[in-house]
Amino acid sequence: MDQIQAIEVHNLVKKFGNFVANDNLNFSVGQGEIFGFLGANGAGKTTAMKILCGLSKPTSGKIRVAGYDVTRQPDKVKKNIGYMSQRFSLYNDLTLKENFRFFGGIYGLSASEIKNRTVQLLDRLGLGNDSGKLLSSIPAGWKQKLAFSVAIMHQPRIVFLDEPTGGVDPITRRQFWDLIYEAAAEGITVFVTTHYMDEAEYCQRVCIMVDGRIDALDTPGNLKTNHHAANMHEVFLKLARKKST
Amino acid sequence: MKQIAVDIRDIRKSYTGIKALQGINIQINSGELFGFIGPDGAGKTSLFHILTSLVIPDSGSATVAGYDTIHDYREIRKIVGYMPGKFSLYQDLTVDENLKFFAGIFRTTIHEHFELYKDIFAQLEPFRKRKAGQLSGGMKQKLALSCALVHKPQLLFLDEPTTGVDAVSRTEFWEILQRIKYMGITVIVSTPYMDEAALCDRVALMNKGSIMAVNSPENIVRSFGKNLYAVKSEQMFPLPGLLATIEHTKAVYRSGEYIHYLNEKDDFDPVLIEIYLRACGHGMIQVHQIAPSIEDCFMVLMQQSKAQKAA
Amino acid sequence: MKGFIYKEFLHIFRDPRTMLILFGMPIVQVLLFGFAITNEINNAGIAILDESKDEMSIALTDKLLASGYFTLKENLRSRDEIEAVFRKGNTSLVVVFEPQFSSRFIREGQAAVQLIADASDPNTAHLLSVFASGIIRDFSGDISIINKPPLTIRIQTNMLYNPELKGVFMFVPGTITVLLMLISAMMTSISIAKEKEMGTMEVLLVSPLKTWQIVSGKVVPYILLSFINALIILLLAYTVFAMPLRGSLLLLLAESILFIVMALTMGIFISTISNTQQQAMLLSMFALMLPTILLSGFIFPVENMPDALQYLSHVMPSKWFIVIIKQIMLKGLGITYFWKETLILALMTAFFLIMSIRKFNVRLA
Repeated sequence: MDQIQAIEVHNLVKKFGNFVANDNLNFSVGQGEIFGFLGANGAGKTTAMKILCGLSKPTSGKIRVAGYDVTRQPDKVKKNIGYMSQRFSLYNDLTLKENFRFFGGIYGLSASEIKNRTVQLLDRLGLGNDSGKLLSSIPAGWKQKLAFSVAIMHQPRIVFLDEPTGGVDPITRRQFWDLIYEAAAEGITVFVTTHYMDEAEYCQRVCIMVDGRIDALDTPGNLKTNHHAANMHEVFLKLARKKST
Repeated sequence: MKQIAVDIRDIRKSYTGIKALQGINIQINSGELFGFIGPDGAGKTSLFHILTSLVIPDSGSATVAGYDTIHDYREIRKIVGYMPGKFSLYQDLTVDENLKFFAGIFRTTIHEHFELYKDIFAQLEPFRKRKAGQLSGGMKQKLALSCALVHKPQLLFLDEPTTGVDAVSRTEFWEILQRIKYMGITVIVSTPYMDEAALCDRVALMNKGSIMAVNSPENIVRSFGKNLYAVKSEQMFPLPGLLATIEHTKAVYRSGEYIHYLNEKDDFDPVLIEIYLRACGHGMIQVHQIAPSIEDCFMVLMQQSKAQKAA
Repeated sequence: MKGFIYKEFLHIFRDPRTMLILFGMPIVQVLLFGFAITNEINNAGIAILDESKDEMSIALTDKLLASGYFTLKENLRSRDEIEAVFRKGNTSLVVVFEPQFSSRFIREGQAAVQLIADASDPNTAHLLSVFASGIIRDFSGDISIINKPPLTIRIQTNMLYNPELKGVFMFVPGTITVLLMLISAMMTSISIAKEKEMGTMEVLLVSPLKTWQIVSGKVVPYILLSFINALIILLLAYTVFAMPLRGSLLLLLAESILFIVMALTMGIFISTISNTQQQAMLLSMFALMLPTILLSGFIFPVENMPDALQYLSHVMPSKWFIVIIKQIMLKGLGITYFWKETLILALMTAFFLIMSIRKFNVRLA
């Protein structure tokens, strides 16, 4: 199953006028891998992520996501990915069930599929009895977990998570990562950005962007060894500070 | 003797049935760098709104520099600098225009207290004619901080200034806050990032509208009371579940590349972990005792308060 | 305070949308109307009933037709045909020369021309008669230079179907009212709501600024801009549409300022009860704009409305302002004739001002 790469990026370049947001990126992510995508604000993370999700066109380069070309088959790409960000949440004025039904409908799931997945995902979160509650009555940390469940509802090949745990308490944050591990164990590729450096350690491989380029791409263990750092926080500071000073 | 800058007495506040603050009591000293640490929904912003006189509490009282937040709100507004959680400068005005405007409403000029923020402003210098909306995240924070300092406040309230900001800019920002503190300004910050607690003189750990602990970061760590072990093996995924089955386990959770393990028994021998894991077929086992971080303390306190509530 | 007002101007001048509403809208509205009306005038069909057919009447007819405003549709033979020619619909004005036009003109020094307009479209009728009268006066002036004693042509204007020209000039007072309302109330409420939405209001509140300073800082720029707008519309009305100004200009401007301030206090009031720009905009639209357009007598005469709506129109500030403008501009009356309306506006201003100050919170809601 790991024969086909989930994400393949060759010579990705994205320019805005004279400004080079992504400068010749090359990397691939395997199916079922948890891939951390780090970088300072303005390093080009969001730009690259938008291109991978088919929301923005690269200036040049060959990018395949879930086996489809993002420039030529963006619709196919969108069908096979899930997306969740801290900013994008579910609808507060709908019940949990209604949220699932709506987003399931978007991805073209049948009524029975929606029903089954809703029960399955809510049970996993321990919210099986709350499906009729309004989302607004659910605590903040749980909403993130719900949003993640909705993002993987259609069993995408890849799920993109943009700072999914911002502002979440440490216990809920870990529960969130349990969900990520479970999804990865089911074969879903997880592509995640975060500002929490301890979370970088949870990833199988980490890519650190600096000034539009990939400055480092390796397992957290190798990165720490190579940069003589005690933890990922130090690795990040060493790499990102290099340019800002 | 230390002077009290902020005195919070039994503040309570509810919004449409949700108890945002459930009886907060804290004294903050003059010249202190004080941090409110807690996740979203802890009540940090509600408390800042009350202290900056923007919101009236349901009950309880608070003074800032000796002024009551309800009756003497005019006095408070003259002496505090406030940076709300949301970026709140005028995006369509340039760096210079924003600064000039905020100087104007505090009846001062950019130059009067320039020495306070000249270091911060030096980094903004190349972008003075740029509109605030077009600055990068880190630069926006620096501009907002400059604007909050323009009138040389006695107290500075910063609500989640580093949320969504990358680790490098965050570190820089905290270095700036240290400098501001040494200029004699009481700095009161809130943040959801537990690791930032170590940079404060004292912190209050907040969760769900309550204070779980108030102390210096060192003392909070010291009061952890139990031995904390970091565990690692070649099979990280099943490790937490396995560790949880050890007798008298109090807490098991991921932390970076390790699993943190806590046992209820004071005389717990960590060699047990190694023996047990080896018996379960794990290799490359590492177990060592570590000093708990603020995050470790926070989680233990969260569990305790949950247990108390259940009881 | 100065800095606040300066900043507000920066906001306005930097936002293309705001600029468009502020300055584009009045000009576009006036020009659109102007275009519609001049189009009609350029192609205006006229009919001539020449009862003398002599040297002078023919020369004047030529001059009228040469002006470019009028196209001759028909030559009539008797007065009985006038009604019929209007019925056909392509003629808006009939010019009637009395018998022995030349001889009366030269011998008695005075001849008469009758202008009969189809006043079912009062604006066009008014403009056409104004233009025709101008040309005729011009003609008599030319001849008077050669001849002394001065010769005059007596012009008698008849407005058929709508002799009182009900509805004429409604456009100008109506537009001024709507635009002032729009700019003053909607723009201020939106700009204050914007500060709330962006979070900047929090920072302003936690500063030594007092409520009245924040409010006037937001409002003063719009008073100025609204006033400039009022001047532009009046100027266009005067020059392009030949709208008379019979009363005192100063009084008119003073009343306009009163109305602007009234609208601004409404805007502030709206902003106190809305938290987002969208809310402020919708509230202004439904609470101010639509009633202003529909109930103030701008489009539908108040007298023709059902009783219930007539009562409702009494609480529309714009209704009273339209009455005031008409009294000053068309009738040339002084304050003694509409002190009641002025007082009503002043009371409304006071009402909204008090309400806004009570509602405008020194804290977050």
